[in-house]
Formats: sequence, C-alpha cells, structure tokens
Amino acid sequence: MDKILEIIDLKKHYPGVKAVDGVTFSIEKGTCFGLLGPNGAGKTTSIEIIEGIKKPTSGTILYKGRKPESAFYSSIGIQFQNTELPQFLTVKETLDLFRKFYHHKADLDYLIELCQLDDILKRDNRKISGGQKQRLLLAMALANDPEIIFLDEPTTGLDPQARRHLWEIVQKIKSEKKTVILTTHYMDEAQILSDTVAIMDHGKIIAMDSPQKLLKEYCSMSSIVLRDFYDRDLLTDSEYEVFETEEGVEIQTSDINKCLQYLIERKIDLSGATIRSQNLEDLFLYLTGSQLRS
Amino acid sequence: MFNRIWVLFIARNKEFYRDRSSFLWNIIFPMFIIIGFSFMFSSNDNAQYKAAVFHKYDNKPVMTEIRDQYIGLKSTKFIEFIDYQNLDAALEKLNHHRVDIVIAPETGVYWVNRTSPKSYMAERLLIAAGAGSSDLNGFKKETVNGSEVKYIEWLFPGIIAMNMMFSALFGVGFVVVRYRKNGVLKRFACTPLKPHEFLIAQIISRLFVILSTTIFVFIVISLLFDIKCRGSYLSLLTVFVLGVFSIISMGLVIASRTSSEEFANGIMNLITWPMMFLSEVWFSLEGSNDWILYGTKLFPLTYVVDGMRKIMNDGASLADIKINLIVLAAMSIVFTAVGSLLFNWSKE
Ligand SMILES: Nc1ncnc2c1ncn2[C@@H]1O[C@H](COP(=O)(O)OP(=O)(O)O)[C@@H](O)[C@H]1O
Ligand SMILES: [Mg+2]
Repeated sequence: MDKILEIIDLKKHYPGVKAVDGVTFSIEKGTCFGLLGPNGAGKTTSIEIIEGIKKPTSGTILYKGRKPESAFYSSIGIQFQNTELPQFLTVKETLDLFRKFYHHKADLDYLIELCQLDDILKRDNRKISGGQKQRLLLAMALANDPEIIFLDEPTTGLDPQARRHLWEIVQKIKSEKKTVILTTHYMDEAQILSDTVAIMDHGKIIAMDSPQKLLKEYCSMSSIVLRDFYDRDLLTDSEYEVFETEEGVEIQTSDINKCLQYLIERKIDLSGATIRSQNLEDLFLYLTGSQLRS
Repeated sequence: MFNRIWVLFIARNKEFYRDRSSFLWNIIFPMFIIIGFSFMFSSNDNAQYKAAVFHKYDNKPVMTEIRDQYIGLKSTKFIEFIDYQNLDAALEKLNHHRVDIVIAPETGVYWVNRTSPKSYMAERLLIAAGAGSSDLNGFKKETVNGSEVKYIEWLFPGIIAMNMMFSALFGVGFVVVRYRKNGVLKRFACTPLKPHEFLIAQIISRLFVILSTTIFVFIVISLLFDIKCRGSYLSLLTVFVLGVFSIISMGLVIASRTSSEEFANGIMNLITWPMMFLSEVWFSLEGSNDWILYGTKLFPLTYVVDGMRKIMNDGASLADIKINLIVLAAMSIVFTAVGSLLFNWSKE
C-alpha cells in the first residue's frame, strides 16, 4: 500500500519533559490513524510537529517519501484541540472566511451538508453548543478540501449523542478516501474510527496495530470488576493481574470460572461484581498499570 | 493576497458593528465629553488661570494704583504668571486659549478673549484685585482682535484625537491579544494567510471604523456647537489619518507577542494616560517644565492634536504643519516595521 506519511524516531524534549520520546509510525493513504493515550501522553505535540506548527528536537517526517514542502502544507486540514471561534461572526460567515483564505476550496454547500450545519448557519458563534462548535471546526478543517485531516481530540467533552454524530461525519470523510489522523483518549472512539491504533504513554508508543488485532492479541481475557472493594492486599498472592481503578478493583483473567472460584474461596463479597470481555482500555491498564482516563 | 485581506477586513468590520458596547462607546463617549464640557464652562469652574505678563522695560514708571492692583492679582491663588517679551506672541496665545489674560502692567492695559469663559474669570479676578484700592480700575481693557477661537473650537480637535487614540490603541491591541490567547490566531496561522496580510486587514478595518464613527461625531458636534474648520477638510483628514496609522501601529507593537490581556491592558494604560494629559488635549502646557515639553514631543497624539488645531482654528495648510506630518509618517513606518517583525501567531 501507499504510505502517505512516515514518521521516524520523532522526539520533542522540553526542559524536564520528554513530551515525545522516539515515536515511529507510518500511515497509509486513505486510512484513519488513531493516537490513543491519556492526557499528557504527547499526542498533541506529535501531531503538531507533523503539521509543521512545532519544531521537533529530532526525527524525520516524510510525505510521500520526501521532506514535506508547501504542497504538503496546503493539502492538510487541521482541527485543534482548544481553539475558539472568531466572536460576533455567524457560523456561515466563519466557514466562508476560512474557505476564502485558500485557492483550492471545498464546495460550501457540500461542507454545510457534510457537517450538518444547515440549522445553525445564521447563528452567532458564541451561541452554538459544544457539538455544533466541533462540527464547525471540522468543516473549517475541510475548507481547503484537504488530502490529510488532523483531528485533535474532536469529541472531548461532548455528550454521547454529539460524539456519535461526529463519528458519522468522520466515517463519511473516510469513505471519500481521505487520510485521517485522530487523537483521542476514548478507547471506543479509537476502536470505531481507526484502521490503525497507536497507544501512547509518556511520549512513547507502547502498542500499535489494527484495533481487531490488538483486541485479539491482548484482550482475549475477561475482566472482573469488584465495585467498592479497595482491600487489594487480600489478593496480592493471587496469580491474577490485579489493578486498582476508579470503580474499585479490576482482575484480569483468561479463565473466569477458575478466578471466580478463587474469589469465593477467599470469601470475597461478589454481590457488586461485574464481568465483561476486555477492550482497549483494559489493554492500556495492562500495559501501563494506570487508567486511560483519570 | 488582496482577496484574503479583503475578506478579513469585512469580517473584522462586522465584528465591530455587532459588538454593541464598543460601537456605542466610540460614538457616545466623545459627544458626552464635548456636551459635558460645554455645560461646565457655561457655569463656573475652578480651573487654573494663566496670565501672560508683557513687560516693556523702557516705559515710564507705573501708576501706583495699577501697580497695587497688579500686585493684588499676583497674590491671588490659582493664577500662574508667565513672562513674555513679545506682545504679539502673548496675544496669539490668548487667542488660542493657551493663556487666559494678557497683562501689561507698565502700560496699564490688559487683553481678554471674549469667547473664553476662563478669560472672563481671569478678568473678574483682576478687577477684584483692584477693588480695595481708592480709585476705579487703573487698567484699560482691550480684547484680542481678528476672529477669535471659541474655547469649544479649541477643545474639539483634542477630544476627537483623544477618542481616536483610545479606539486605535485598544481596538486593535485587544483583538489581536484575545485572538492569540484563545487560539484563533493559531488557526489562522495554518491557513495561507500571511502575518502582514492579517496586520494590514486589522489596520485598515480599524481605520475605516474610526473614520466612519469620527466623521459622524464630527458632523453632529459641528452642527450643535457651530464649530468652524478654517482650513481645508482634506488637510484635516490627512493629518487625522496619519495619526490613526501611527497609533494603530503602536498598538500592534504592544500586541505583537503577548497573549495576556491584562499585560496588554497595563501597557496601553501606561501609554494612553500620559498621552491624554501631556498632549494638550485638555489644557495647554504653556509655561510648563522643559522636560515635560520635551516629553510631549515623543507622543504621536501631540502632533495630531497640534496639527488638527492649526488647521481647524488657524486655517493652516498642509505645508504649515509639514513637521507634524513627517513625524507621524515616520512613527507609523517605524512602529509598523517593528510590529510586524515581532509579530507571532502563537503563544510563547
Ligand atoms: N510548550 C511546552 N513546554 C513545556 N512542556 C510542554 C509544552 N507543551 C507540552 N508540554 C508537555 O508535554 C507533554 C505532552 O503534552 P501534549 O502533547 O499536549 O499531550 P496530550 O496531547 O497527549 O495530552 C505534557 O507533559 C505537557 O505538559
Ligand atoms: Mg492534547
């Protein structure tokens, strides 16, 4: 397949922090690459270096096998993590303003339809909801009809319905053979949207593959969650992986029956226990010992 | 490039007109001041008075009653006496409200400006100072001749220029800093928009806004108070526009890097307050310390106010105020250059 972007041993060091510490990955044309990691993992720093906004300490970025030049910068679309909109302008005026900065523009009606902005076109930017704002920012990122789109935590802080709404739009963008690079700290988002997921922590990629493979390889086990159970010492000599989470204690096991039996023998109260199959969040817990969201 | 500047210019103008509070402020504030002042001066005020004293040493000794009256006046509080060797210069100052009365103690003549409320009050003080002496007034009254400049006509260009200063400095400075702080500039930075395109759009949009609000205020006040412009309106526009440029570009220097509104606000206050009081907007600095007079020469507003007054009050031509124009143009160029060199899209 066609590699549209290659990132080789990218590093960004700030005094006292290695924000990005030797990251290597490549992205195939027309796919969605998801960077999954907790706050402070280095996701924003990584993609802003690729976007050309920050300078790396070291490392190489190749666009279609070459150093990125102006052709690259005019063919990308960016949605930042935290940006406000110009005040006192309406949604339509804002979108039109950004479109007109470019020579090569996306069709205005197409953007409005894709991002479902029809109902709020005449509304002042300050009076739109969080979900509507993210959709407008997404439309702005698409204003130049880009080949590669960077989305930095596009659904953080949105309610579940608004998130699903945005995912639908990203799916549509993907179906048009555009390349999407997405950062998120939501496991489900990475799993649903990405063709490749890279799990990132402390500036390093700790696992990378398609979500299906990652799940198959690492998440074949089940998790038993004991709510409001904090007496971890009772389980220290067990053969199981035991983690403390927000909800209580999580035990990861490949044999549920055996594990439950073990817990019953230990006279542990199972009345508040839940059992579920594992997801990428459990993988992160397994790899780092801490939770994705905390 | 022109297309990008144009769309940004239009967008910025829309923002301004929709921001009701700042829009109204720009129109109402100068009117409020002018109208307020005209009321204040129709009654009394306790401002200081300035008396120009014209000495003619080769003259006969002074009549005693005049000397007593003069000495009486000299002991009055709130009057500052400034010596002049040239009568014409002193009368010129009187005509332009830079002094409130001219007294020639050796000849026993004084001059007042009939249109000036402060001149009238200074005359009252002089008469009062003579009240204790035996005779009637020893002084003879004269009024300055030629077309006298009404006080409100003297004040008006200053108020217009001051209002322009606030609008130019804060209007541009704050928007740029706010947009840097909340990431709008960062978003602009990853479009083909260039810094100079952005800055030019900001400058011309503010210029447009200031011109349209000022012309409106100018017309209303001129009609209300029957204010004359003795020089050409085109000259007035020229010096005003240059003034707007110089002060907007000064604002762009302040806003070139910071993303702290508080910091920008502090700096702008630090600049506007001295400019407001030391650019002769409100009162003349005639007879002040040398270092103050020297300091005023650093402020662009001084040249705007002075240039506008010379055109409106004295009918000066552009050639007469070429120094003002040159200084303002030079300041605009320097500030614009520094502002765009320092300019940064993102927070540090
Ligand atoms: N300009 C900066 N100066 C110093 N440290 C920074 C700077 N930007 C980011 N960092 C640090 O780098 C790390 C990664 O930040 P970031 O890339 O924003 O993480 P993420 O987007 O994954 O939440 C954090 O520890 C953050 O504090
Ligand atoms: Mg981030």
